[in-house]
Amino acid sequence: MTLLVALSVGVLFAAGAYMLMRRSFVKIVIGLALLGHAANLLIYVSAGLVKGRPPLVDPTATVPALPHADPLPAALILTAIVISFAVMSFTIVLIKRAYQDIGTDDLDRMQSTEM
Amino acid sequence: MLLLTLPILIPLTSSAACLILFRQPRAQAALALASALGLVVAAVALLVAVHDGAVIATQIGGWDAPFGITIVADRLAAILVVLASVAALATTIASIGVTDCERARHGHYPLMLALFSAVCGAFLAGDLFNLYVWFEALLLSSFVLVTLGGERSQLEGAVKYVTLNLLSSVFFLAAVGLLYGITGTLNFAHLALRIDGLTDPTMATAAGMLLLCAFAVKAAAFPYFFWLPASYHTPPPVVSAMFAAVLTKVGVYALIRTSTLLFDHAWPMLGPGLLVIAGLTMAIGVLGAASQMEFRRILAFHSVSQVGYMLMGLAIALTCMAMLQTEDSGGTLHASEAAIPERILGLDPALGASLGLAGAIYFIVHHGLVKMNLFLISAAVLQREGTTDLKRLGGLLKVAPSLAVMFLIASLALAGIPILSGFWAKLSLVYGALVAGLWPIVATALAVSILTLFSMIKIWIEAFWKDLPETRGNVREVDAVAAWGVPRLLSDTAARRVLFSAILGLNIVIVAIGLFAGPIFSYTRTAAADLLNPQTYIDTVLGHDPLLPNAPASPAPVPDVSDDAGDSEVPTPATARSEDDDVDVNSETNLP
Repeated sequence: MTLLVALSVGVLFAAGAYMLMRRSFVKIVIGLALLGHAANLLIYVSAGLVKGRPPLVDPTATVPALPHADPLPAALILTAIVISFAVMSFTIVLIKRAYQDIGTDDLDRMQSTEM
Repeated sequence: MLLLTLPILIPLTSSAACLILFRQPRAQAALALASALGLVVAAVALLVAVHDGAVIATQIGGWDAPFGITIVADRLAAILVVLASVAALATTIASIGVTDCERARHGHYPLMLALFSAVCGAFLAGDLFNLYVWFEALLLSSFVLVTLGGERSQLEGAVKYVTLNLLSSVFFLAAVGLLYGITGTLNFAHLALRIDGLTDPTMATAAGMLLLCAFAVKAAAFPYFFWLPASYHTPPPVVSAMFAAVLTKVGVYALIRTSTLLFDHAWPMLGPGLLVIAGLTMAIGVLGAASQMEFRRILAFHSVSQVGYMLMGLAIALTCMAMLQTEDSGGTLHASEAAIPERILGLDPALGASLGLAGAIYFIVHHGLVKMNLFLISAAVLQREGTTDLKRLGGLLKVAPSLAVMFLIASLALAGIPILSGFWAKLSLVYGALVAGLWPIVATALAVSILTLFSMIKIWIEAFWKDLPETRGNVREVDAVAAWGVPRLLSDTAARRVLFSAILGLNIVIVAIGLFAGPIFSYTRTAAADLLNPQTYIDTVLGHDPLLPNAPASPAPVPDVSDDAGDSEVPTPATARSEDDDVDVNSETNLP
């Protein structure tokens, strides 16, 4: 399972990196979204996967019995997802607005601010 | 507790209040001004509380470190919070002068306050994920600020700015995940102990390099700086001033914090590597500036170049510390105790480390103030002339002599003319590099200084000294009407006076930090010593025992790495860490 998730992290990073190389801004944003998913999965898998052992505490104990799944990565990912949701919505509005005003989503034609 | 949270809470709450008042630009401006004044007071109080070397820390939510959300201030964080508060005050005053009511209705003030709240949060964050959250908060505010108004150039600049900064966030997040997987913690102090205890820190170093890339994008270091010259000159100059004062500084701060606290095992590689990056950043930035003919683009490229100096100080310090590590294999020196020797050129890594890092901190403060002021001066020029294109400007010395004097002081301070602040900053960096024997970076830094002076003089000659170009006539540009014919809070003259008062105030601060460089340097040298010897920081954050004897009985997130929790002493890196296992969720943990 770890191997499978690790592989999908790799595939997502590769796909995201490929999309980032494109000239179309829309595709770049898709690439950024893919990279964000890759990073989230990376947190998930690098903290270790434990199957079927929720971190619940037995009434007689003070700490959960080992081994148990670590809840912190899930909390981190949740926060990261919320943040990336906000950022993505902003970026998508930016795409629309940039396309309306500039008339293209080709980054090679967005050079009036350089040089 | 209150001392630490106020610099975050004051701007955050008033940002929310400004949102409620979104129909009343006048009320928003008043509230923002009051909030910025409060922020300055809170920041100075924080500075006073930590100036004698105390580190103060608090855990939000009441969970002990390393599980709670740690907010911590040491000397470095405090002085940067003061810088952010001064920036907030100056840009608020300037905004009242030049920001039009339409922008105010669309959230200029709330965004600005949210930005400064996030900046203070980033400086005070005590764990890596918290730092990530503050980074995102400040990015999101800056995204909207950079696009507010929706002009074509703004959108084009924003596309590049957003893309590269989101990429750096992905790097940051991936590094957070890897470090958590390796060490089982994200608290800075706890991470420092855990990374020291790793038997093989290679993976931690790899994650550290990922962090380095992420922060280098934020700091606009070579080769990641391209978003900055593409976007800094597009929003209204007041927004550029805000960004120039704090945005790249947060990246540099994160680099300083993580490289000194967490990755001391990587100093032999990190120091020289950063030195090369610093040299290239300053050289390429200044060459870009020298080739530009537009006021604000020159300033934007200069921001890149000056980040190189800050990195240079950090790189000198890390290289020197690496030398000391190999000398006594302990790496624990009290850099502040190193005395300045009589002879200049004897090699003295301890002094080099102290001067380099102290110079970098002083440089951050100096550059934040000076670059912000130069952008505000460009705002005044834009307001007066309707353009910042140097070819169409001229004769400002005659029509606005006081503004010309202000520009001269700020630009000479930036170039580093003696007795002004930039001189002391560069003196410290160059001296540090000399006693460390790093000649090439000294040569680069001095050559870049000359080019900095050259491009500042270029603005001076083109905008202030030469006569107004005849082709332009003596009327305001057409776009001046477009840009300035919209309703504002104040009349034209009043706005000019308000903006000038912000510029004058900043210049007084700039001259003051030059004149009182002595006391400020003794402060930054002790701040540097704290960074290079972070035991106080670690002890304060983790309290007596980092192994949670008082942890709540509820299901605390048990760290993955098994910990020798039997003893109740503070584990020193050498002893307690030696038995640590590798990362393994299933390894047995003997928590009490």
